[in-house]
Amino acid sequence: MPITLRAHTGGEARLEVPGATLRALVRNLDERCPGVRERLVHPDDPDRLMPGLAAVVDGEPTNMGLLTPLGEDSEVHFLPAIAGGA
Amino acid sequence: MTTTTDRPAQQFNVVGTRPIRHDGVDKVLGRAQYGADLKLPGLIHGAVLRSPHAHAVIKRVDAAKAAAAHGVFAVITGEDMPVSASELLDMGEEVTDLRWMSERIMARGKAVYKGHPVAAVAAVDQNAALEALKLIEVDYEPLPAVISLEDAMAPGAVVIHDDLVGDHLGEKARGTNVAEHTRIEFGDPDAAFEQAAHVLERTYTISRAHQGYIEPHSATAFWSPDGKLAVWTTTQAPFGVRSNLAQVLKLPVSAVKVTPMEIGGGFGGKIQLYLEPLAAVLSKKAARPVKMVMDRKSVFDATGPGPGGQVTVKMGVDANGAIVAATADIRYMAGAYPGSSISAASVGVFACYKVPNLRIDAYDVVINMSKTAAYRAPGTPQAAFASESLVSELCERIGMSPMDFHLLNAAEEGDRRPDGPIFPRVGNKACMEAIRDSAHFQSALQREGPDGKLRGRGMASGFWNGIGNRSSVTINVNDDGVVSLVEGNPDIGGTRATIAMQAAEILGLPAEDVHPAVVDTDAIGYNDLTAGSRTTYASGQAAIEAARLVVEEMKKRMALVWETDPENVEFENGVFRNKVAPDQRFAFKQAAGKLGQTGGPVAKTGSVNVRGSGGGSFAAHLVDVEVDPETGKTQVIRYTAAQDAGKAVHPSYVEGQFQGGAAQGVGWALNEEYYTDEDGVMLNSSFLDYRMPTALDLPMLDTIIVETPNANHPFGVRGIGETSIVPPAPAVANAIADAIGARLYQTPMNPARVMEALAAKRNGANGR
Repeated sequence: MPITLRAHTGGEARLEVPGATLRALVRNLDERCPGVRERLVHPDDPDRLMPGLAAVVDGEPTNMGLLTPLGEDSEVHFLPAIAGGA
Repeated sequence: MTTTTDRPAQQFNVVGTRPIRHDGVDKVLGRAQYGADLKLPGLIHGAVLRSPHAHAVIKRVDAAKAAAAHGVFAVITGEDMPVSASELLDMGEEVTDLRWMSERIMARGKAVYKGHPVAAVAAVDQNAALEALKLIEVDYEPLPAVISLEDAMAPGAVVIHDDLVGDHLGEKARGTNVAEHTRIEFGDPDAAFEQAAHVLERTYTISRAHQGYIEPHSATAFWSPDGKLAVWTTTQAPFGVRSNLAQVLKLPVSAVKVTPMEIGGGFGGKIQLYLEPLAAVLSKKAARPVKMVMDRKSVFDATGPGPGGQVTVKMGVDANGAIVAATADIRYMAGAYPGSSISAASVGVFACYKVPNLRIDAYDVVINMSKTAAYRAPGTPQAAFASESLVSELCERIGMSPMDFHLLNAAEEGDRRPDGPIFPRVGNKACMEAIRDSAHFQSALQREGPDGKLRGRGMASGFWNGIGNRSSVTINVNDDGVVSLVEGNPDIGGTRATIAMQAAEILGLPAEDVHPAVVDTDAIGYNDLTAGSRTTYASGQAAIEAARLVVEEMKKRMALVWETDPENVEFENGVFRNKVAPDQRFAFKQAAGKLGQTGGPVAKTGSVNVRGSGGGSFAAHLVDVEVDPETGKTQVIRYTAAQDAGKAVHPSYVEGQFQGGAAQGVGWALNEEYYTDEDGVMLNSSFLDYRMPTALDLPMLDTIIVETPNANHPFGVRGIGETSIVPPAPAVANAIADAIGARLYQTPMNPARVMEALAAKRNGANGR
């Protein structure tokens, strides 16, 4: 978990959460750490990550947003997207 | 050039060869059409009035006289531009805020950088437009300019954007110029430093440096009465321009067509919108196509350089030289609006190393200068200048050779990147070993040059992750067996050839028989930008996919001809064969002649959304310099760049990317910077005064292509366009330190700074 979200996780940097997809993982994560979902999910599109955020699953960024399938031992990182370009 | 590889390679017929580039003749003969070459019926010409102040309230803009001037068709100001609310936009490699983008393109109420557009005119010709600009009256109320980190971050600093809400470690902050403060942390670096055998901390200052593309920005727009907008522009991102224009101008994306013209360099600096929306709104008002071309001064004043800033790094090692902890404090000046690639800098600053305990703080700071833009491995050369310089100095302190240090601490497969993800198989150590085994490294440096000049040798490593993302390529098979390949990525570095070659490999054709064409956004499926080291890697995969679909379709056609099942048809090395009747065989070209009677044309599109980069590309550079202690001038006398290409599709272009990045990095190291006055006005905004390296400044840059196959690509290809700019500045800094016995902690390491370092050494303040 990025340091900016650790207020929601009780300071935990690493959590084990079930989920067959990234969306399910975020849903389960939000049950455990209320408020996380609204920091991670696009307010107008429940299938998209929040703009400015990237999810890395098993070492590579997702290309299916929250629909990305996860394995039993998948490792997920939520990272800030590279900002710039204005 | 030497190629190293660590396994038996796939056998290729086309990939790995060096055909003449498909666009070479047009470029050599001057027939290639760049943005400024465009001519359209009824074309008129635009010009931009730019703020002379870095920070000023715009109290009044009166364009009445200009609008009435002879030959003028339209005048626009900020009032003519649609207002956008804050909304984060995905730009492919980066994200940006729509509102900041809109305000940057045309000032409304306040100018926040010198060169900020305040008004624009379209007239019958360029001279008429420029004359009309002189008739526009603007009342400014100058404000104090914030042009340094110190000014921007000081308590009580002048706040550039009253409504900027900073994100400081997740907390909202108002009344600040710090748009973002991020932190990456794992382990306990502070405790690890306590236990370390050696700890070194240094602060480095890096100048902002411009991408320096030869071709200035240009854009032509025609806003048709039917509401459709056509734009011809020099861009790395035609689909990005299309979506950003739609967002800025409040149009449906399908109403905008963008035609990418030939591009004379970009290096990340031709992703953002600059002239396109102005030309569009002028065209709408004038009901004619409007062309706008920037002059060089405006390019320097008003388009993004890479950010400058300050980086403090600290590293601790155990008694064997193994890293036990590292921290970084990265502060980049984003320019007038947020976004300076601090995230990429945070990844890149220690990416080459195994670091068990780590903390990286990064600050994105707005100042009153032009908004920075991506510049080749955005944010990373600056961070690497700090970390790789520190490593070299640390090695001096502990009596360890930098080569041994790199090999001991190199991040490998299974190690974590600083931001958390685990590296797959990568070529970090392989690059360092390639340098170690090179003739350059193995040769002794003659330490005394002519006329008392001092010589030194330095090395550094570098990393850039790159991206994959979306690409579409269409292949059409002609009756003569030559295929046309339609793609949507502007060709900056030879990608017409490298994409065509990947298709040719699958089709069993020579590269010359695949004719690539870069087309407009209505003529091909979606393509992300030509950036992020993605085009050969990701669009190449779209070409491979399209070629495979072509082969499958042609197998069906040959099955019809041979009256057999398609599964009986095999295709290998450009020949279709009937497995059950081995004498039945057609070369691809013969088969192509049968398409008309077997169902008609074959045209197939490959569309991909490639996840990630496969671990990115590492590099190691070695440089010898000669420093004149009388003048402080540094001359690069030998240079070797090794980098992991996965599989080099066209080795000449790979070598060219290595050399080009190294040359740009040497420029950043030795000469390039923005000289500004205290009001933030750039004083060296021409190529005469902004000193980029020329061929006379550099020796032949030797290259070593390392090939550690990328599991994410069918041929093992890695994106390689960016990493080569990361190691040069610290490698040169380390070589200068080796030559003169004194360290420089600031770019550019120009003669004045070298003389200062020598003087400090004489005074005992800097030296070894």
